[in-house]
Amino acid sequence: MKTTLSLTTAMVLLASAASAAETDVTVGLQLEPPHLDPTSAAAGAIDQVVYSNVFEGLTRFGPDGAVNAGLAESWDISDDGKTYTFKLRSGVKFHDGTDLDATDVVFSLDRARAEDSTNAQKALFDGIESAEAVDPTTVKVTLKAPQGNFLFNMAWGDAVIVAPESIENIKTNPVGTGAFTFADWKQGDSITIARNPDYWGEAPALDEATFKFISDPTAAFGAMMAGDVDAFYGYPAPENLAQFEADPRFNVLSGSTEGETILAMNNKLEPFDDVRVRKAVSMAIDRQAIIDGAMFGYGTPIGTHFAPHNSDYVDLTANTPFDPSAAKALLAEAGYPDGFETTLKLPPPSYARRGGEIIAAQLREIGIETEISNLEWAQWLEQVFRGYDFGLTIVSHTEPMDIGIYARPEYYFQYDNPDMQALIKNLDVENDPGVRASILQKAQETISNDFVNGYLFQLALTSVVDAKLNGIWENAPTQAVDLTGVSWSE
Amino acid sequence: MLRFALKRLGSLVISLIVASLVIFSCIEVVPGDPASFMLGINAQPDTIAALREELGLNSSLPERYFSWISGMLTGDLGTSYTYRSPVSEIVAERLVISLPLATYALSLTVLIAFPVGVLAATRRGSVADISVMGATQLGVAIPNFWFAMLMVLVFAINLRWFSAGGFPGWDAGFFAAMKALTLPAIALALPQASILARVMRSSLLDTLSEDYIRTARAKGLSKRQALWRHALRNALIPVLTIIGLQFSFLLAGAIIIENVFFLPGLGRLVFQAISQRDLIVVESVVMLLVFAVIVVNFLVDLAYAWVDPRLRSRV
Repeated sequence: MKTTLSLTTAMVLLASAASAAETDVTVGLQLEPPHLDPTSAAAGAIDQVVYSNVFEGLTRFGPDGAVNAGLAESWDISDDGKTYTFKLRSGVKFHDGTDLDATDVVFSLDRARAEDSTNAQKALFDGIESAEAVDPTTVKVTLKAPQGNFLFNMAWGDAVIVAPESIENIKTNPVGTGAFTFADWKQGDSITIARNPDYWGEAPALDEATFKFISDPTAAFGAMMAGDVDAFYGYPAPENLAQFEADPRFNVLSGSTEGETILAMNNKLEPFDDVRVRKAVSMAIDRQAIIDGAMFGYGTPIGTHFAPHNSDYVDLTANTPFDPSAAKALLAEAGYPDGFETTLKLPPPSYARRGGEIIAAQLREIGIETEISNLEWAQWLEQVFRGYDFGLTIVSHTEPMDIGIYARPEYYFQYDNPDMQALIKNLDVENDPGVRASILQKAQETISNDFVNGYLFQLALTSVVDAKLNGIWENAPTQAVDLTGVSWSE
Repeated sequence: MLRFALKRLGSLVISLIVASLVIFSCIEVVPGDPASFMLGINAQPDTIAALREELGLNSSLPERYFSWISGMLTGDLGTSYTYRSPVSEIVAERLVISLPLATYALSLTVLIAFPVGVLAATRRGSVADISVMGATQLGVAIPNFWFAMLMVLVFAINLRWFSAGGFPGWDAGFFAAMKALTLPAIALALPQASILARVMRSSLLDTLSEDYIRTARAKGLSKRQALWRHALRNALIPVLTIIGLQFSFLLAGAIIIENVFFLPGLGRLVFQAISQRDLIVVESVVMLLVFAVIVVNFLVDLAYAWVDPRLRSRV
C-alpha cells in the first residue's frame, strides 16, 4: 500500500513537472558575434543577439518591418520637417539600475556621428545637425535638411541608445534597456540572456534564453535533431528542410529578408559599360533555376533592388525575362558575337558559391566564359569592394532600404547616373508617404531599365523551430532574433 | 644529462625566434584589412580610417613586430581586433577545452594502442595479429570527421545518450564536461590509436629479434620476462616520437572535429581569426602552437635520453 502511494506521488510530481510550461529556450545561430556593441561593427550576428532583446532605440522594427515606437513613446515633426521632438518613456532603467534620460539619447547620437566614430552605419546620422536634451524626457533633434526616413534610420541596431558609463566595457558587457539582460558569454560556444525584472514594457514569457553558435551545417542538423537547440534561426542546410517539414516535432519557417541577392556587374569595366551587354547578361539568367538549384527552392525572384514584401515594391522581373537567344542577339549587337571572357568572384556564402556555378553555366550558353574565383570575405572586400577588380560578383545586400547605394558612383559596381542621384536626393528630403512611394518606384524602374546588375532573388530566411515554440519571427526586417514575444505552448 | 638538456634548450630558443619571424611576415602579407572586414559594406572611408587608427594598424611593420614580441615576452599577447578583449584571455578560454581534449584523446590512444600493439607483436601471425592489422588499417583509412558524424547519428540523435556537440563549461561539473568531450575524443583517438598500435607492433617485433633478447632468453628469462624487462623499454623510442607528434597534432589539428561537435577549441579560433583578419590572434595562437610543438619535442628528446641512456652520450 505504501509503495503504491509513493509511486502515485512520484507520478503526480513527474506529471506536474512535465506540464509546467518551459521558460527557457536555446536558439541556434550560425555566426557568433565578435563582440556585443551593435554601434561599432557591421556584423549582423551582434544584432541577432542584442537587438530589441538587450538594446533598444528611439524607434524599433516590428516583425513586419514597420517602424514602431521604442524608447520614444511619441514624437513631433516640425512643419519644415527639420526638427524632431522625441518624448521618451518615463521609468525606463538601464540594466545597471540607472535611469534613462534625454542626456543618454543625446550622448548616443553624438557618439555615433562623432569624427572618431566607428559606427558601421555612420551615414544614418549624417543628416543630424544637433541633438539636445530639452528636459529629462524630451529630446530635440535638428536635421540639416528634411529627412524622410529619419525615424526608419533610428530603428536600426546601429542607432540603439547606450549609457555613457557603460561604453568602456560595452563590447563584453552590454548594458541596455531591453527586456533581457546580458548574463553570460562562453566564447566560441554560447551567449545567455536573462529576463530583466525591471523592464518598462510587457515582461517577456521567457526567463532565460541561450544563443548557441554552430557554424557547421551538419552539426546544425545534429543539434536540432538531438534536441540540443529548440530553434535554429537561419538554418544553414536547406537540403534537410524537407525532412524537418515532414517531422511533426518541428516547424519550418520560411520568411523574407532584406537581402537582395544580385549578380553585380562592374559598370565602368569594358564590356559591362555597355548597357546592351548588361541587358544580355540579365536575360541570360534563369532566376528560378538558380533558386531551385542553389537555394533548394527558397527565395523570391526580383527584377530590381528592392524587397518584394515592401508595399512600394514594383515587380520588374518581366523587364529581363529569361531569353538566351535575345541575349545572344544583344551581345552581337554590342560587338561581341562570340561572347567574351570575364571574372566571377564569389564570397563564401552558399548562395554565392552554389549560385555562381549555375550562373557560369547559364552565361556559357550565350558565349560568356567566366573565370570563377572563390574569395574569403576579407579578400572580397579588398579586391571587389574597394579595388573594383572584378567583372562579375554575387552578393546579397542585406541592409534594409538600401536602394540609395545606386546614387553613389564610387560604390563598387560604379553606377553613375545623375537621374538616379537626383531621385535619391529628393527621396531623402521627402516626408510625404505618397510622394516617397512614387519616388521609390521610379528609382526601382530606373535601375531596372539601366540593367545595372543582374537581379536574382530575395534571400529567404528559413528557420527550424520546435513545434511547441511560438513567436519566433518569420521574416527578418532587420537581422534580429527578437525574443520578447517568444513563448512555449503547453 | 644536464649538458644534453642545455644544448637542446639552446636550439629550442633559436627555433622560436625563427618561427616568430616567419609567422609575422607570412601573416602580414596576407591581403585583407581587418577594419574594413569589421565595418562591412556600408561603412564610410573615414570610419574605417578611424578604426584603423584605434586598432593601431597604421604603425610600421618593424614597430608592430617588436611590440608584438616584447609583449609576448612579458606575457601580454595584445588585444584582439575583432573581439576587443586580451588575446591571452581568449586563448586561455579555448585552451581549457583544447588541452583536456588533446590529453583525453591521447590517453585513449595510448590505452588502446599499447595493449593492442603488444598483443599483435607477441602473437605474430596469429588470428589476433591479423585482426589487429586489419582493424588498424581501417582505423587509419576512415576519415575521422565521417566517423564523428556517424557517432552523432547513433549516440546523439538515435540513442540520445550524448548531446550532438557543444561544451557546457567546466563549471557544469567535471563529469558533464568530460562527457561532452567523450565523442570528440574517441573520434580523434581512433585513427591515432591505429597508427600508434602499428608502430608499437613493428617496433616491438624489431627489438624482439635483437641479440640481447636472445641473450636474455638464454640466461633463462621466460618470454614474458624478456619482453617486460628488456624489449618493451627499447621499443618505446619510436613510439615516443609518434606520441609527441600526435599530441601537437591533437592540440592544433582538431579543427574539423571541433566543427563537427561545435566545440570552441583553439583550431576553430584560429580558423575564425584568419577569415576575420584578426591578425594579432592568428599570430599569437600560431606562435603558441609552435612553442607547444617545440616544447613537446624537447620533452620527447629528454624522454629518449631517459629511456635509452646511450642517446645522452651521442649528442
